Amino acid sequence: MPTHTGMRKNLIERMLPIIASVSMLFLLGIAFTLVFTSLPVFKSVSLQGFLFGSEWIPTAETPSLGIWSLMVASFYVTFGAILFALPLGLGSALYTAEIASPKVKEVIKPVMEILAGIPSVVFGFFGIVFVAPIVQKAFHLDTGLCGFTAAIILGLMAIPTVASISEDAISAISKDLRNASYALGANRWETIINAVLPAAKTGIFTSIILGVSRALGETMTVLMVAGGAIKIPTGLFVPMRPMTAAIAGEMGEAVVGSPHYHALFAMGLVLFVINIIFNLIADQFQKGKRNV
Amino acid sequence: MKNINKFIGAAAVVLMLAAPAFAWNFPWAQKAANKLSTQGSTTVLPIAQAEAEAFMKLNKEADVTVSGGGSGVGIAALIDGSADIANSSRPIKAKEIVLAKTKGVNPVGTIIANDGIAVIVNNGNKVMELSLEQLKSIYSGEITKWSQIGGTGDAIVVVSRDSASGTFEVFNELVLKGAKLRTDSLMMASNKEIAGTVAKTPGAIGYVGLGYLSSDSKALKVAGVVPSDATVLNGTYKLARPLFMYTNGEPQGLAKDLIDFIVSADGQKTVKETGFVAIK
Repeated sequence: MPTHTGMRKNLIERMLPIIASVSMLFLLGIAFTLVFTSLPVFKSVSLQGFLFGSEWIPTAETPSLGIWSLMVASFYVTFGAILFALPLGLGSALYTAEIASPKVKEVIKPVMEILAGIPSVVFGFFGIVFVAPIVQKAFHLDTGLCGFTAAIILGLMAIPTVASISEDAISAISKDLRNASYALGANRWETIINAVLPAAKTGIFTSIILGVSRALGETMTVLMVAGGAIKIPTGLFVPMRPMTAAIAGEMGEAVVGSPHYHALFAMGLVLFVINIIFNLIADQFQKGKRNV
Repeated sequence: MKNINKFIGAAAVVLMLAAPAFAWNFPWAQKAANKLSTQGSTTVLPIAQAEAEAFMKLNKEADVTVSGGGSGVGIAALIDGSADIANSSRPIKAKEIVLAKTKGVNPVGTIIANDGIAVIVNNGNKVMELSLEQLKSIYSGEITKWSQIGGTGDAIVVVSRDSASGTFEVFNELVLKGAKLRTDSLMMASNKEIAGTVAKTPGAIGYVGLGYLSSDSKALKVAGVVPSDATVLNGTYKLARPLFMYTNGEPQGLAKDLIDFIVSADGQKTVKETGFVAIK
């Protein structure tokens, strides 16, 4: 016999999957919109010409819609960002999980959370005002607004992701493993390097991949500090225009329904696909970890 | 299996609930006669904002909303009916007119202000003046060092607005004249970013609206003429352009009131105060 509270519980239980499916619907909606708004671009350019064309001049009389230079730029800043985020993120994860006293931990964790919560436009501003002039002087560049500066800032932004997921992975390693290592005569450093890190490697890989997704999808910062040049970048120290910056900077001015407009959506689709691939890889790693 | 069925059932319920929402006319979306929305160019934005405020002070009933997004976005909003006035820093394109006609919209433009584009360099730069040809050579990459045009050695760092912006389009038309922009030039999302970058980068050259000039960087004479309100108005300064407000058909009702106000002496005073050039 169903009581009043029982019925209510039942109702809530029935509502939850509906609520959960709403976000699923939004995801599907976004995916459909991306695909259907992207497709018309291939009336003006072939798939190959779009992905590997070296010229991005979308507003010319006959627009050139090749996003290769933008993809290379995205790759450069993302890769550069991980070069910064991995040692710093993993280092602080190891420190908080293995070495730091509980008191220190109580300070570091909230600081990381604050770092994760700073709006990206603030990071961008910090990059323009503070980091870019230093980079310019230190490397004798013509301008500090370049891929390297963007990579530093993106790396900073990815540290909390890398650190917190790595730390979870490291903390999850059982005490027995450590004790076994100590019992064999290893000191703390040897234990971390030879026992803890290898055991936590799937979690650390996951953290890298999620950090990469974070850096790849970041928009405001790269729009502000990467320089925005459309030339195919020849290294980290030149101005470049990652895909997200191009979308954010140009969408406001693109004529709706023009090849340029559809090309920007297609670029969004490229990012979306790359991100899904990264997430699937991260998922595989997570599963692999569970099976061990 | 059971879970999947449950999920599909739930999704179906959501769809059924959501479907009528697309057909309804929400009562709060009904247009009131005292509401007016303007959208478009970020160059026109400061003018439109100041004018809307002044206008609403005089007409307590009126409710004018102003948003940016860019000239293209404003015109698209006018065409699909989501904005009453499109602010644009360039004349409407032929393609946009065609699109408007297919939707039964007849865009009519009114010039509400003038904008001069000033060429700026770092305060430490010795160069005082450039010809239009020199500017073209710099922006197309034929000239790459300041020493080639009477300055000191440093490489020229070319700073430009995003190629999709109205400001770039006008610069492209008035200066580049069909030549391609140097591909390694820095592309900035706003006038302010250009001014800031030029102020901090010794070898930089950039261009901004007259309203964004400040003592942080130096404005050059172009073709021998100092950029100023007077030289834009008398037509001697070559890097100038009109700014538009587009309406569907001749302006009517509240839109007409607002545009009439902007072109009036009071409205043009506001134009000057926001750093632009009056229409007369």
